[in-house]
Amino acid sequence: MGDLFIDVVREAFTPTTAAFALAAVGLNFHFGLTGLLNMGQAGFMLLGMYGFAITIREGGPIWLGVIVALVLAMVFGLLLGWPTLKLRGDYLAIVTIAAAEMVRYLGRSQNFNALTGASTGIRGNEFKEPFEQLSPFPDRMVDVGPFALHGARSTSWWLVVVAWALVAILVVIFWRLSRSPWGRVLKGIREDEDAVRSLGKNVYSYKMQALVIGGAVGALAGVVWSLGASVQPDSMGRPTTFWVWTLLLLGGAATIFGPVLGSIIFWCSLVLVKGLAAMWIPDSVLSQQQLEPFSLVLVGVTLMCLVIFRPQGVLGDKRELAFND
Amino acid sequence: MTDTNPFANTLHEPGAAKEDPIIIADHVLRRFGGLTAVDVDHFEVQRHAITALIGPNGAGKSTFFNLLTGFDKPQRGEWLFNGTSMKGISPAKVARAGKVRTFQLTKALNRMTVIENMRLGAAGQRGENLFAAFLPSLWRQREAEITEKAHELLHRFTLYEKKDDFAGSLSGGQRKLLEMARALMSEPEMVMLDEPMAGVNPALTESLLDHIVKLKNEGVSVLFVEHDMHMVRRISDWVVVMAEGRIIAEGPPDTVMKNAEVQEAYLGVHHDTDLSEESSS
Repeated sequence: MGDLFIDVVREAFTPTTAAFALAAVGLNFHFGLTGLLNMGQAGFMLLGMYGFAITIREGGPIWLGVIVALVLAMVFGLLLGWPTLKLRGDYLAIVTIAAAEMVRYLGRSQNFNALTGASTGIRGNEFKEPFEQLSPFPDRMVDVGPFALHGARSTSWWLVVVAWALVAILVVIFWRLSRSPWGRVLKGIREDEDAVRSLGKNVYSYKMQALVIGGAVGALAGVVWSLGASVQPDSMGRPTTFWVWTLLLLGGAATIFGPVLGSIIFWCSLVLVKGLAAMWIPDSVLSQQQLEPFSLVLVGVTLMCLVIFRPQGVLGDKRELAFND
Repeated sequence: MTDTNPFANTLHEPGAAKEDPIIIADHVLRRFGGLTAVDVDHFEVQRHAITALIGPNGAGKSTFFNLLTGFDKPQRGEWLFNGTSMKGISPAKVARAGKVRTFQLTKALNRMTVIENMRLGAAGQRGENLFAAFLPSLWRQREAEITEKAHELLHRFTLYEKKDDFAGSLSGGQRKLLEMARALMSEPEMVMLDEPMAGVNPALTESLLDHIVKLKNEGVSVLFVEHDMHMVRRISDWVVVMAEGRIIAEGPPDTVMKNAEVQEAYLGVHHDTDLSEESSS
């Protein structure tokens, strides 16, 4: 039981949780502020991974890798937004979900084997080295309280610090922007585009800005993820996008800390459910391999209940529900 | 009414020339497939006056409204606002040029507070630029000015007490008031009101009417679409009647309703009915 508790707390600060929090901050620019239905956040993340990993594998410095990741995602955003942002919201949803799948399929295609490593992806030791060498922590396992992580390699204390620092920076940026007149225009667009148009604002341009910024944040999430694991196109399929959506709605769309809290609750409850199931359900009923899908189902049901009984999310404003039309 | 009636020399006929027009439209044609929604040869709106655009359902009033504000594009036609062509201009630019509209179905921004709705209406806020947004010192002072103006307008439209409520929690009539107040934040030269009275309870109607008259007295030109003949008669200086996409009559409110063509178009089968009875009910 104590071990399980430690596992759950560990999950709260792993780089994966941070990566999902980042992706959800990006989606919060899209959906929370502007009302854009981006169903392809995983595509932005995957482009970020590829941009970062390939640049470094080919000998580029870390800063260049990050810039390539950001630029790729921004160009992707511009390309998707250009034809769709003038149309109704649903079109963006359709185009983004298809485009994200296209990125994944192109990435895993044998034709690009030399560049992307096809379906195997890019292994960690091909691109993680420069980042890991920057670690100020010792190059061995380090115990902090009950938690043991490596000082520099892969899912390391170093990556934990960098990932959560990034989360903090982006939460501050989101806070600043969402409470500025710029953010006010985006919220207006979320509520009614035509009204904002009639007040003299260039709606198309604002939607594009939101799409590009949120996509760039998604790319950063991809970079963090790849440093904790590897570049694997199939880990960035549709489920990843839906998880990002789930934890954003769970935490509360348009709130400052919603994405972070949502990510922590989501991943911790997954570990908790899995752990409890392993403890209480005998092997004859559910085998070890069935535990993972079972806990996902259980978490899904819990989330459904949450969304039904608290649709504004954990941090959302109850007053908003009074006039949902 | 002002001392000198600007319509004294205006002919009572469709497409009449005005003394000092703020809008001039020529040969505006809008077809939806085989249906001709708007086909207006010539149309002028007098500056500093309240002009009503009336007509039966399906007359093309709202479509014409959308065309004039850039929300829809015609097959052909030309129109000027303050002497500048507005053809092919985006709705946002039309608004920035000083012509702000409201909507038939009120567009209050529900999940934003009343005061935020108002602030959004203001022009010239540099903080609406992405990069400037990072530096509050660049926009804080303008924000204070905007907020002060918003408070002033909210007082006038009796919404001040509601300023921190979500716009979605207001009643239908209050939302109409909010929409009108928000349109005034940018100090437009002209406001275009699409059925300002639709769905407003009688108690609020009077105050809405007063607000529109006050606008005129402040030098704002008003063009509005309306069904309620009582209201048209009360506040408008000039009435333009549309039917089947065309302008069929123009004139002061008292005389235009006596026009036989208008009666036929407007009242259809009931054109025998006494008009005064119709409107006093």
